[in-house]
Amino acid sequence: MRVLIMAKEGEQTEAATPPTPEAMAEYQKFNEELVKAGVVLEAGRLHPSSQGKRVRFDGKKRTVIDGPFAETKELVAGYWLWQVRSIDEALEWLKRAPYDGGTFEIREVLEYEGM
Amino acid sequence: MTAGPSRSVRFSSTRACEGAFTIGPRTGEASAGPGRLEAHRAIEAIWRIESARLIAGLARVVGDIGTAEELAQDALVAALEQWPADGVPDRPGAWLMGTAKHRAIDLIRRRKALERKHEEIGRDVEQAQGGLEVDTAIDEEVGDDVLGLIFMACHPLLSKDARVALTLRVLGGLTTEEIARAFLVPVPTIAQRIVRAKRTLAEAHVRFEVPAGAERGARLASVLEVIYLIFNEGYSATAGKDWIRPALCEEALRLGRILAELAPAEPEVHGLVALMEIQASRLRARMGLSGEPVLLLDQDRSRWDRLLIRRGLMALVRAESLGGAPGPYALQAAIAACHARATTAAETDWQRIVALYDAVAQLAPSPVIELNRAVAVGMAFGPAAGLDLVDALVAEPSLTSYHLLPAVRGDLLRKLGRYEEARAEFDRAASLTENVPERQLLRRRAAECAAERMAG
Repeated sequence: MRVLIMAKEGEQTEAATPPTPEAMAEYQKFNEELVKAGVVLEAGRLHPSSQGKRVRFDGKKRTVIDGPFAETKELVAGYWLWQVRSIDEALEWLKRAPYDGGTFEIREVLEYEGM
Repeated sequence: MTAGPSRSVRFSSTRACEGAFTIGPRTGEASAGPGRLEAHRAIEAIWRIESARLIAGLARVVGDIGTAEELAQDALVAALEQWPADGVPDRPGAWLMGTAKHRAIDLIRRRKALERKHEEIGRDVEQAQGGLEVDTAIDEEVGDDVLGLIFMACHPLLSKDARVALTLRVLGGLTTEEIARAFLVPVPTIAQRIVRAKRTLAEAHVRFEVPAGAERGARLASVLEVIYLIFNEGYSATAGKDWIRPALCEEALRLGRILAELAPAEPEVHGLVALMEIQASRLRARMGLSGEPVLLLDQDRSRWDRLLIRRGLMALVRAESLGGAPGPYALQAAIAACHARATTAAETDWQRIVALYDAVAQLAPSPVIELNRAVAVGMAFGPAAGLDLVDALVAEPSLTSYHLLPAVRGDLLRKLGRYEEARAEFDRAASLTENVPERQLLRRRAAECAAERMAG
């Protein structure tokens, strides 16, 4: 199955300051381990929400809202797309990630529609 | 009895490891609360993540897969006993390895003691150090170990079936039951295959190593063949009621992606990964709403998985960037890429596909490749040209029961307006396949030809 990991890193999400070299090295080591295990399909980081836009739909009406967005805790700062055999496997991998804050959400991607 | 330990059980619960993946209520533990269940699910997931590395590290030290797997499973049993009560350790992989290592040291000490008794050779100093050597040996880098394990499980000494089963078992972390279910084979058959495979390797004293030099090419070809066999069984099941079994494709892809990281300098590894990624990108489109097969040219290309196509094209670039003449997998990936790049079936560059098949046929000539080439020639230069090539293959002994030969021939005959001959070929193809949805598709084609004949 495919799972999407959404990194909700809290305050850090909005900080324009890059992570320390040590933190980056730790992250890269972990990501490398995931790649070597054949888990990572795709990974990416997002710019702060100040550069983001939202479109709200209300019937025929579309309202564009400029960032930054207020609900810092819920903002996604990065994502992974993983190929795993179960949510439990994703959970075990995620628990090994070198983070000391934030919330990471695991969601299964719907696949093979019509099957 | 499933493919458990081949030597006598060393402690009572070893047998339980076979059931480690069906844990939960079925273990019948009175104390099974939600916490216990959660721990068991975590252990199952951790086993999937760690087992290959664990078995590989142990196999390097003890020398054979059978013993390594037993030691690893003993550690798993210990985890099943301790973790639900004590909690899952912070570094579960290290815990499992540590536990297995202690047992490996015990085992080696006992072996050495036995050897000493038998041989009466007094190399006491060396023997006393045995434990220490093992200790440090196991702690070394494990990347090459997994590669060594892949080469061992895919050893050409073993039959194809045995290689596939052993690979899924020790590298995929699948249970005997899961492998049996995937291949629609009775559990005892798979169990026997695995037991025999391990015995064959042990008896032949196959060394745990990453082959180098002249031997490497042939050994690698055997590994790639096993992975692609697993993929193909998922991509177009040879038997049963399912046309495709995506779980097997995913397993093969995972093995391929792991191999690509372990042997990054091997162009054919990337070639195979590229081929599988691109083929897998079509899985969704390969089946209609009621499970019926949809062939390549009839597929809704908007349902192709762009992510997998992109990954496949990247892997192909990686294969090509390593230089040298492309191998059979890279060439087949290049053919798959031709389809992936065409936004509609009509835009397919068939002439390039014919040229690529020419190259494959030169490198790895086979009647199946010739048949595929004939299809491409039929598309590039007209059905009559394709039919000439297919007719030349009719006498080929290895294709006498291959359903795709009459299927392709039927298709070309139909395009030439020879409906009655086409109908007969589709009927023959249908009678040759064991796969139910595929048989239905071929019967439908036959019926269409009969109707066209009436109309014409």
